[in-house]
Amino acid sequence: MIGLQGLEGKAKHIRKLILTALAEAGSGHTGGSLDLVDIFTVLYFNHLRHNPQNPLWEGRDKVVLSIGHTAPVLYATLAAAGYFLEDEMLTLRKLGSRLQGHPSYEFRLPGLETCSGSLGQGLGVALGMALAAKMDGPSTGSGTVNRIFCIMGDGEQQEGSVWETAMAAAHHKADNLCAIIDRNRLQIDGGTEKVMAIDPLKDKWTAFGWHVIEIDGHDLSQIQMALEMADKEQGRPTVIIADTIMGKGVPSIEDNNQWHGKVPTKEQLTDFLNELS
Amino acid sequence: MEYTNKGNKPTKTGFGEGVLAAAQQDNRVVGLGADITNSVGMNLFAEAFPNRFFSMGIAEQDAVATAAGLALSGKIPVFSTYGVFAAHRANDQIRISVCYNNVHVVIGGAHAGVSVGPDGATHQALEDIAAMRVLPNMTVISPCDATQAKIATEKAILECTGPVYMRFGREAVPDFTDENQEFKIGKAQLMRDGTDITIVATGHEVWEALEAAKTLEQKGISARVINMHTIKPLDGEILMKAANETRMVFTIEEHQIAGGLGGAVAEYLSENHPIKVVRIGMDDRFGESGQASELMHKFGLDAEGIVRRVFTELGK
Repeated sequence: MIGLQGLEGKAKHIRKLILTALAEAGSGHTGGSLDLVDIFTVLYFNHLRHNPQNPLWEGRDKVVLSIGHTAPVLYATLAAAGYFLEDEMLTLRKLGSRLQGHPSYEFRLPGLETCSGSLGQGLGVALGMALAAKMDGPSTGSGTVNRIFCIMGDGEQQEGSVWETAMAAAHHKADNLCAIIDRNRLQIDGGTEKVMAIDPLKDKWTAFGWHVIEIDGHDLSQIQMALEMADKEQGRPTVIIADTIMGKGVPSIEDNNQWHGKVPTKEQLTDFLNELS
Repeated sequence: MEYTNKGNKPTKTGFGEGVLAAAQQDNRVVGLGADITNSVGMNLFAEAFPNRFFSMGIAEQDAVATAAGLALSGKIPVFSTYGVFAAHRANDQIRISVCYNNVHVVIGGAHAGVSVGPDGATHQALEDIAAMRVLPNMTVISPCDATQAKIATEKAILECTGPVYMRFGREAVPDFTDENQEFKIGKAQLMRDGTDITIVATGHEVWEALEAAKTLEQKGISARVINMHTIKPLDGEILMKAANETRMVFTIEEHQIAGGLGGAVAEYLSENHPIKVVRIGMDDRFGESGQASELMHKFGLDAEGIVRRVFTELGK
């Protein structure tokens, strides 16, 4: 376990890796990648049972990034956790890179559990992993049933297949499954409630039989507590609805959906990195 | 070679028996059902291994994504529903979660072809081969009878390592192949030798092609019959031999002539040994309600239809 200050330092470092890689790549998704950093930091540095030196360790928990377009936050966190060298971040989106624009399983990037990118599929894949882990029982590696975490977007809640899985996961009592929704309230065409309203989100998940926790997705201790609560919950899956701010950490681009699919220029990068501190 | 019908049996029954046999040999095999478990022959497995069977409800997209997750965790998932729902409703999940991940998920597509009968067009899979065979990493298998369906299913589950789509029918049709037959995925079977023309058939159409060949022989036309039970990877070797040794190739399938077996054979031969290829199947139209035999007849997919088309093409 790392203390709050240590986590803040990690989060800042991961944001720096993301911005630098995106500026180098010249394309990608900055907003969502930045706003998930705090969640990823707590997850990878204070919660997951995993071993970056042995990525296929059988006792590991798994993370499914259903919103594949925010791949930079996954890659940067994996690199910061020691799954591969941080230098590789500069190959993002380039020919031959293991860091594909959207996560690819083809390259067997250490720490990456599945491809993703077509919205609405990650939760189903995560459910399959959760059911397999429950069938297998406590792992000989960790002594406990492996847990599966699935990161979804709020716009993604508009995909019907999400709700097929919501129903199935509750039906099969997948209590080792924890979904986290990045509730930044923005999607490409504008605000989620204007494009296609998804509220009341908590009521929907509750009605589907899930244990629902609402948190501030940038408050490290709230994130930590929610993950611990999810862990303790028995007989039903947990969804953490995390209120976030798109672009979090770089004030000049925060809460602006123009930054969903835009990256900093080389000049902007210097300013953005300064804004981080 | 003479083939005798051991008695009519649906190929879906062979699929169900194959799943059970594979599951008895390998405890990694798990099953997923989408409400029509009995109808697609998965009930044998579900009853024998209730703890390894997941009822997923009428939710094919989730079922396929969940199957991919199970496979990523070392299980061998078998998911079966009607071909129309598997190949089309869940197509994106098959493309990304299964094929792009290149995981070993076996998808059973039941109710293939117009021989589904009275249920009509919505339930008759006629584009599933096309939709599945274009996907990278995918293997597509279409066995000709119940005996072969059982063998093929067992092998697909226990020997393949990537995604597999298997197609089978609803109607009880002649069960005529040997249970000790040599069956290799990707290696077509020469069912009958012939020197004038070649009929490449898949699924139920193999029996119809063999019946057609008998009639043709009486009329002085020697027809070779190939059972292309694996459409992908396609057995090019047997096609090259046929193109070299006979003067016209006919394909016959309970599927659109675009994109299916006919499409695959035409693509292969036009590049490797240009020869006239006549594709028999559904020509850009949906099926309809009726008895299986009535529909097979109406669309020229029975032995009589094959014979008629061969005569027309040969100018007789």
